[in-house]
Amino acid sequence: MSEVDPDTDGVPRRRRRPPLPPFETVVERHGPALLRFCVSRLGPDRGEESFQETLLAALRHYDELRDPDAVGGWLFAIAHRKIVDTARNRERTPTPSDALEEHAAVWHDPEPTGTIWSRVAELPPKQREAVGLRYLADLPHADVARAMGISEEAARRNVFEGLRRLRRALDP
Amino acid sequence: MPTDDRHDDARIEHQLRSAVPPADAAWAAVRERFAARAARDGLVDVSFEDHETPLGRIRLSATATGVVYVALPIEDADAVVERLAARISTRILRSGTPVLTEARRELDEYFDGRREAFEVPLDWTLSTAFRREVLRATARIPFGTTSSYREVATRAGSPKAVRAAGTALANNPLPLLVPCHRVLRTDGALGQYRGGTAAKAQLLELERAI
Repeated sequence: MSEVDPDTDGVPRRRRRPPLPPFETVVERHGPALLRFCVSRLGPDRGEESFQETLLAALRHYDELRDPDAVGGWLFAIAHRKIVDTARNRERTPTPSDALEEHAAVWHDPEPTGTIWSRVAELPPKQREAVGLRYLADLPHADVARAMGISEEAARRNVFEGLRRLRRALDP
Repeated sequence: MPTDDRHDDARIEHQLRSAVPPADAAWAAVRERFAARAARDGLVDVSFEDHETPLGRIRLSATATGVVYVALPIEDADAVVERLAARISTRILRSGTPVLTEARRELDEYFDGRREAFEVPLDWTLSTAFRREVLRATARIPFGTTSSYREVATRAGSPKAVRAAGTALANNPLPLLVPCHRVLRTDGALGQYRGGTAAKAQLLELERAI
């Protein structure tokens, strides 16, 4: 489908927008990884809540997405912002149940008896986030960058440095 | 040494990836909860569900207005969803709705021999003008009887548009609910059916019409 869009000179310009896939496809392709990412970041209850909030926001604004191939990065950018907001809100307004739960910054290990993801939890925030998006959400570097709102260069660096620290932590 | 670094990085990457549990039954439940919430928030324009019938698995799609498409087993159900996304709205989700629940119940009753006419609301969006008239005329053909393309064209107001009536029926987005299977060729031959002639024969047999 093409749209005729007159620019400032009054010369009509054709803009061809690639068709967006059905939203169900987005849920099928990215949903499981998105859920894993949210739960590992916020625990099962808040994790599912932020998962739902993320998908609802994406569904609400789906028409605004320009590039269908960028949907992964776009979706995880929404998730990243919601998770950061949730963590920030918890820090500001502690409740008795919060005192019993771990601090908002803790990364919930997706593998109950695992060691490597608990090591990931000990990484500095940007590296922890980048490693999670790359290996838990299984995103390519470009999408990691989009999700974190940083350059692809910076995303690669954070993943690289995160892996370095993990190597030192696991083989001292 | 660079090669050792890369080897160790690969090992770490493998450990990270293999420690991630795969999606499972928990995912199905979470997905359903999301779909229900999206529907409640009024964000879903088209909902679809699959349903088993004696013909095989069909996919029913509905808007708030009513059932908008019935995909028969012979069709590529995922391609149908993509076409609906292109023609109606990309806000399409696998999700139950009251309309779909009613459609599924009525279809079960029909195949059980306990129902002859459908009452579930229909959405005619995908058919316009003459095609809509052809399908409305078709909807009035009683259970257990048949009609012809010529007769349907006449009832739709254009007695000479027999071929166009045939095309309209071939493109019926709501087979079963709008019984285009009851329309035969004037010479009595079965004629076409998007679900395949075997399915058409099966439906007519079920209705004891032939």
